[in-house]
Amino acid sequence: MSAILARLGRAVLEQLIRTGRATLFFFSLLGALSFMIRRPGLLVKQLYAVGVLSLPIILVSGLFVGMVLGLQGYANLVDFGATSSLGTVVALSLIRELGPVLTALLYAGRAGSALTAEIGLMKATEQLASMRMMAVDPFQRVLAPRFLAGCIAVPLLAGIFTAVGILGGYLVAVEQLGVDSGAFWSQMQAKVQLYADVINGVVIKSVVFGVVANWIALFEGYEAQPTSEGVSLATTRTVVYTALAVLALDFLLTALMFGAW
Amino acid sequence: MSATLTHSTAAAADRRPIVTVRGLTFHRGDHVIFQEIDLDIPRGQVTAIMGPSGTGKTTLLRLISGQVRPDAGRIEVDGICVHELGWRDLYQFRKRMAMLFQSGALFTDSNVFDNVAFPLREHTRLPECLLRTLVLMKLEAVGLRGARDLMPAELSGGMARRVALARAIALDPTLILYDEPFAGQDPISMGVLVKLIRTLNDALGLTSIIVSHDVKETAAIADYLYLISDGRIVDHGTPSALDRSNSPWVDQFMHARPDGPMSFHYPAPPYAADLLASPVP
Ligand SMILES: Nc1ncnc2c1ncn2[C@@H]1O[C@H](COP(=O)(O)OP(=O)(O)O)[C@@H](O)[C@H]1O
Ligand SMILES: [Mg+2]
Repeated sequence: MSAILARLGRAVLEQLIRTGRATLFFFSLLGALSFMIRRPGLLVKQLYAVGVLSLPIILVSGLFVGMVLGLQGYANLVDFGATSSLGTVVALSLIRELGPVLTALLYAGRAGSALTAEIGLMKATEQLASMRMMAVDPFQRVLAPRFLAGCIAVPLLAGIFTAVGILGGYLVAVEQLGVDSGAFWSQMQAKVQLYADVINGVVIKSVVFGVVANWIALFEGYEAQPTSEGVSLATTRTVVYTALAVLALDFLLTALMFGAW
Repeated sequence: MSATLTHSTAAAADRRPIVTVRGLTFHRGDHVIFQEIDLDIPRGQVTAIMGPSGTGKTTLLRLISGQVRPDAGRIEVDGICVHELGWRDLYQFRKRMAMLFQSGALFTDSNVFDNVAFPLREHTRLPECLLRTLVLMKLEAVGLRGARDLMPAELSGGMARRVALARAIALDPTLILYDEPFAGQDPISMGVLVKLIRTLNDALGLTSIIVSHDVKETAAIADYLYLISDGRIVDHGTPSALDRSNSPWVDQFMHARPDGPMSFHYPAPPYAADLLASPVP
């Protein structure tokens, strides 16, 4: 019994320590951000790596998700003769939920895991230590550009995902199933609100998810055990923790923004 | 201040040791790695610190360069107490020293040229043509001017270490720390490295500290040796003095004898008792 308690206590303590380290890590990242003013080139390179290279998966996934929404929405709305509100259904689902959430999940798989592996290997091969020995701070030179680039990329990717998704819904609904094109767009325009939906959904949610996804990815890489198992474990953890954090935060944000309380 | 320190004649004239360690104590968890050790590194020379694997040689280099802090004692480099420096001063101080990591630690996403140019680009604002000249000079010094466009993955272990060496001397340090520079090298690249370390030390007026368990090669270029084991300094002296030492431990280590006071076995219960013991369920 006491052994179980001791193990439980140790596990809780370890989690607390880890949380503390993650918090310190976050503030170190923020502290190093000003370095980007002096070296914008570093940021551009990372924007390409995490942003531009994530575009294909975001475009393809967005299109498919939008098309599925078009199909499912039509199948349900057609019974009530309400297919003219299909545009609203597709747009609201994407703008409020699916755009930011799926983008963050895809980003964790495509870019977050790569960030973790990269930082973990740089640590394991002593590249970070040798940088410090050359009087260069890895937070400024390596971590901050990746963090900022990721935080900029995720909202942009979420916007692109949403736009492509709406296009996918349009293709299925209007071109394939014969919903009236004018109704599709005008209903969407009338029902989707800039502040309540677009700002709250795509903008605020994806900014929060972007910060969290990149924070987790970089922290896991930085804290990885300097071995092959350590790095592979850290990569897995990045994807799992990001998914859990994004879904939990999404519930919280949805409750705050759209919920009754 | 760095003008007087980097100048080789001034360094030769200065007889004070460049590194002084007094009463250094350090542990990791329950494991005591150093127990009150004292150590002086003479200026302008090649000093080797040798000992079996796992005795804390790498840790000693990390302590001297301020990557970890001692539990007790004092480490001074050029009169500066390393572990009392703040973050900014520590980084300023590190521009005058270089460390060659065991793995070479080259940046795998840039080629040889950009690796050597890295410290120059970070700390100076040289025009690109001057930078190129400097980098090629450093690469020439390690004999790899022709390899400037290769990626680290395309280099052999010995070449990677030489590129790391060129990068380490890019900012003209006064002190170079080598962590196991010979480990895992074939005899030829080992010979090249041995000669290179000695030549660079004398030509650039550096002070070199080599940490190694390759006794023969290290003793061949070192001016002074420290032998450490079990958290203590077992002996120190010039290579020829230690070679003639009549301490059984030093004799075993210096001549790589399998039998002697140092045991091949990790501490364990008696062999027969261990074999006959029933496994604990
Ligand atoms: N980061 C670390 N955390 C815990 N123990 C460590 C760490 N680094 C080294 N050690 C331990 O310190 C001891 C000395 O390590 P090290 O300095 O690498 O030895 P050497 O370079 O002489 O082979 C070893 O027993 C090693 O297990
Ligand atoms: Mg070592």
